Amino acid sequence: MAALFDPLLIAIVAPLAVALAIGCGLPKRWSVRLAYVGFGIPLLMALHVWWHYSAQTPVSGYAFLRQYSTGLDGLGVSLKLGLNGVALPLFVMAGIVGFAAGLYAIQSQAERLKIYLMLLLVMQGGLMGVFASVDILFLYFFHELALIPTFIMVGVWGGRDRGYAAMKMTIYLTLGAMISLLGLIALYARSGANTFDLIALREHLARFPLAEAVQRDLFGLLALGLGVLVSLWPLHTWAPLGYGAAPSSNAMLHAGVLKKFGLYTLIQVALPLLPAGHAHWASALAWLAVIGNVLIVGFVTIAQRDLKQMIGYSSVMHMGYAFLGIAAGSAVGVGGVILMMVAHGLSVALLFQLATCIHHRTQTFALDEMGGLARPAPVLAALFVAATFASIGLPGFANFWGELAIFVALWKYSPLITALAVSGVVISAVYGLRAASRVFFGPATERMNEVASRQAPSDLRWSERVPALVLLAALLFIGFWPRSLSPAINPALPASPVAAASASR
Amino acid sequence: MTLEALRLAAADNLWGAIMPELMLGCIALLLLGLEIVLPRRLHGVIPDVAAAGLLGTLLGLALNWSSVAVGRETFNGLLFHGTSGQLMRVFFVLSALFVCLLARVTLPRHTAPRVEFHHILLVVTAAMMLLAQSNHFVMLFVALEAATIGLYLLVGYFRGSTASLEAGLKFVVMGALSSGLLLFGIVLLYGVAGNPALPGHTTQALHFAELSRFLAANPDNFVASLGVVLVLAGVAFKIGAFPFQIWVPDVYQGAPTPVTAFLAVASKGAGFAVLMALCGQGGAFAAYGWLTTPVLTAMAAATLLFGNIAALTQHNVKRLIGLSGVSHAGFLLLGVIASAQTPMAAGAVYFYLFAYLAASFAVFGVMAHVAGQDDSEQELDHYHGLAKENPLLGAVLAIGLGSLAGIPPLAGFMGKLFILVSAFQAGARALLAVAALGVVISIYYYFGWIKAAFFETWTPPSGEGAGPARPERSPVTPVAAFVLGALALASIAIGFYPGPLGELLTLR
Repeated sequence: MAALFDPLLIAIVAPLAVALAIGCGLPKRWSVRLAYVGFGIPLLMALHVWWHYSAQTPVSGYAFLRQYSTGLDGLGVSLKLGLNGVALPLFVMAGIVGFAAGLYAIQSQAERLKIYLMLLLVMQGGLMGVFASVDILFLYFFHELALIPTFIMVGVWGGRDRGYAAMKMTIYLTLGAMISLLGLIALYARSGANTFDLIALREHLARFPLAEAVQRDLFGLLALGLGVLVSLWPLHTWAPLGYGAAPSSNAMLHAGVLKKFGLYTLIQVALPLLPAGHAHWASALAWLAVIGNVLIVGFVTIAQRDLKQMIGYSSVMHMGYAFLGIAAGSAVGVGGVILMMVAHGLSVALLFQLATCIHHRTQTFALDEMGGLARPAPVLAALFVAATFASIGLPGFANFWGELAIFVALWKYSPLITALAVSGVVISAVYGLRAASRVFFGPATERMNEVASRQAPSDLRWSERVPALVLLAALLFIGFWPRSLSPAINPALPASPVAAASASR
Repeated sequence: MTLEALRLAAADNLWGAIMPELMLGCIALLLLGLEIVLPRRLHGVIPDVAAAGLLGTLLGLALNWSSVAVGRETFNGLLFHGTSGQLMRVFFVLSALFVCLLARVTLPRHTAPRVEFHHILLVVTAAMMLLAQSNHFVMLFVALEAATIGLYLLVGYFRGSTASLEAGLKFVVMGALSSGLLLFGIVLLYGVAGNPALPGHTTQALHFAELSRFLAANPDNFVASLGVVLVLAGVAFKIGAFPFQIWVPDVYQGAPTPVTAFLAVASKGAGFAVLMALCGQGGAFAAYGWLTTPVLTAMAAATLLFGNIAALTQHNVKRLIGLSGVSHAGFLLLGVIASAQTPMAAGAVYFYLFAYLAASFAVFGVMAHVAGQDDSEQELDHYHGLAKENPLLGAVLAIGLGSLAGIPPLAGFMGKLFILVSAFQAGARALLAVAALGVVISIYYYFGWIKAAFFETWTPPSGEGAGPARPERSPVTPVAAFVLGALALASIAIGFYPGPLGELLTLR
C-alpha cells in the first residue's frame, strides 16, 4: 500500500481528475462539491509531505522520488516526481494558495461557475506538477498547462480591458515561454547527456561542465525567457495590466504561484547547471532588478490610483528582490529568495483576494473614491492592514525573513546595490500604508456614501474570511517559525558559487 | 531486350507487397460496378462499402506490418518498402477514412453524386500510398500525377458552386505549372546523369540510389543543382510552402470541406514523404545538402512567417486553416532540414504528421457540421455560441485547435517539441527563432477561433443591411460523435503518453 501511495502524483492528478469530471458534464451542485475535494487534496498532500519531509532519506537530494514512464525513455523524458529543499516550500505554498483561491472561487458566484472552477482546477493541477517535477520537460509542460487557463480566464471573467489584457498577456507570456523552452532544449542538446532529468543533468554537467561561452548563451536565453514570465523590468508591462483585469482567484494563483515558475527554474536549473553563465550575467541582472523593478516600478506603484493595479505593480517590484537574491547567488541569497517566494505568494494572493472583497463593498477600485471602510468592515480592515504589513516585510511575517536574507547576501555582493534595494522598502511602506489609509480610514468620500446608501457595506462573510485566514495563518506561522522550512532548504542551496559571482565583478 | 531479361524483371514484381494499393483500386472499381448493378434505392450503401474497404485495408496493413517486402526494393527498383513507407500508408488510409466520414456530413447537403467521390478518393489514396514508397522518379511522377489529377476533380466537385469551380481551375493551372517544374527538374537530372563525359554516369539515372551515387560523384554540377532545385519547387507546391503557397487560401476555401481536409492532411503528408525520400538522411539528394539545406531553410523561414501572419487577418475559417496549414508545412520543413543530420528528426516529422492528422480531422469534422448550404462561406461568426449549443463539437474544436497551436498537454505540443529538439541538434538556430515566433503568432488566431466558439454569443442579424443568417448546423450522428470524440481523446492521450508513437522516434 505504502509503495502505491505517491502524494505528489495524487496532488497533481486529483484536481485534473475533478476538472475532467466537471468537463464531462457533471451537474452544477456536484461540481461545486467535488471542487472542494479537488482543491482540498493538493493541500492535504502538501501538508503531508511537509510533515514527513524530514523523515525521508533523500535520494540525490530528492525525497518522495518516483518515476513513471511516458514511452519516451529513448529521448530521456519521463515523468519523474520528487521534492528537494527548493521545491518543497513552493509545493507547500502552491497547495495552500490553491486551496484559498479555490475556496474563494467556489463562493464567488462567478458566471458559468462550472467552467470557471474547471479551469482553476486545471491550473491547480499544473501548479502542483511544476514544483513536483524533476524532469525539466515536464516542469515546462505543467507550467504551460497552468498558464493556458490564465489567458482564458482573464479574457472571459476579467474586469476592465479584459480583451486587451488577455491578448497582451498571451503574447508576452507565450513569447517568454517559447524562449524558455528553446533555452531548455538548448540545454538538453548541448549537455550531451541525452536526458531532461534534472538529477542526471546535474551529475553529468558536474563531471563535464559546458564551455563558458555556451553557458553564457544558455543562461542569457533562459534569463530572458524566464524574465518575461517573472516580469523583469522592462518586460513587466503585461503584469499590472493582466492582474488588474484578471478575476481574483486567477490573479491569486498566477501572481502568487505560477509566476514563481521563472524564479524557481532559474534556481533549480540555471544556477546549478550554468554557474559560469550566472557569473557573467549576475551584475546585469542585479542592476536591472534594482533600478528597474525596485526603484522605477516602485515609484510607478506610488503613483497608482487603482487598488488592483497597485497590487500588480507592487508584485512586479517584489520580484526585483527575488532577482537580486538570485544575482547574489550565495546560499543565503538563494535561500532568502525561496523564503521570499513562499511569503510573497501567500501575501500577494491575500492582497488580491482582499482587493476583490473591497471592490464588492465599494464598487470601485479607484483609491480616490474610497474611504472610511474600517467602520463598517473592521475584520476586512484588519486583514488588509496585516497583508500590507506582510508585503512591506515587517518582522513577524514570512516576508521579513526572505528580504532580510536577500539583503544580507546582497551586502557581500555589492553594498551600493544593497543601499538602493533597501530604500525600496521605504517605497513599499509608502504605497502600502497610503493605500490602506485611503481605503479604510479617514472620512468616507461622496461616492462612498452614495454606494453605501444603496447597499450598506457589510463586513467579511465567513466564506471570505476562511481563505484569507488560511493565507494569513501560513504567513504568520512561517514568519514566527522559519525553521519549519529552513532545515529542508539548507542542503539544497548552492555550496559556493558566490566566489565565482563576486570574482566576475 | 531479350525474353530472358523480361522474365527476370517479372520475377522481381512482388505483387503481394502492394496488396493494399491493389485492394483499394479494386474496391474503387467495385463501387462503380455496384452503382450499375444495385437498384437506386440501395445506392446509399455504396459510400459505406468504400469506408468498409478502407477499414479492411487498414486492418490488412496492421496484420502484415512487417511483411515479406519490408526493407527491400521491388518492381525493379520502382518501389522501396521501408518502415516510413508503411507509416505513410497507414497515414493515407486513415486520412481517407476520415474524409469518408466528413463526406457523409457534407455531401448530402449538396446535389453532388456520391459514388464517384468515393471512387476518386480511393484511387487518389492508392496513388499517394505508392508515392510514399516510390524509389524511382518515373514511379514518383506517375503516382504524383495520378493523385493530383484526382484532386483536381475533387476540388471542383461541387459543379453548382462558382467558388468550387474557381478553386478547381486555380488548382489545375497552378498544379500544371508545378508538375511542369517537377518534370523539367527530373529531365535535367536524367540528362546530366546520363552524360558519358561525367564521372559516375549511369543509364539508370531515375533510380534514387543510382542518382544519389551520381550526385555524390559530381557534388557541384550546375545542371544537376538546377534539376534538384526544380524538383524541390515542384514538391513545394504540393506542401504549400512559400513561394508556392499562393493557391492555398482560394483552393482551400472553394473546395468541398472533406476535400479541403484531404488536401490539408493527406496531400501535405504525401509531399513530405517525397521530401523525406529526397532530402532526408541517405535520400536521393543527400550529396547536395549544401544546396538543399539553404534552399529549404529559406523556404521554411518564409513559409512559417507568411503562413502565420497571413492567417492573422482571416475571417473565413477555411482560409484560416489553409494558411495555418502553410505554417505547419514550415514547421515540418524544419524537421526535414534537420533530418539530413539528425536521425531522430525523421521520427519527429512522422510524429508531427500523425499529431497533425488527429488534430486537423477533429477541426475539419466540426467545420463540416457547422457549415451550411454554401460550403465556401464558413465565417468565424458562424461559430458564435457553438460551445453552448453543442458542447461536444465545442470541446472537440478546442482540443483540435489547441493541438494545432501546440499547447501542452496535447499531441501537437509533443510534435513541435520533437521537431524543435531535432532542429536544435542539427544546429538550425536562426530557424528555431523564426519557428518560436511563428508559434507565438499562431496562438493569436487559434485563440480567436476558440473564443468565437466559446465566449461569443450568437445574435441574429436584424434590421436593414443585416448580414445573411447563420447557416443551419448539421445534426451530429452517433458515428460522427464517436469518431470526433475518439480523435480528440487521441490528441490528449498522445500528448500525455506519446509511448507507442514515441517508438517512431527511434525509426530507421
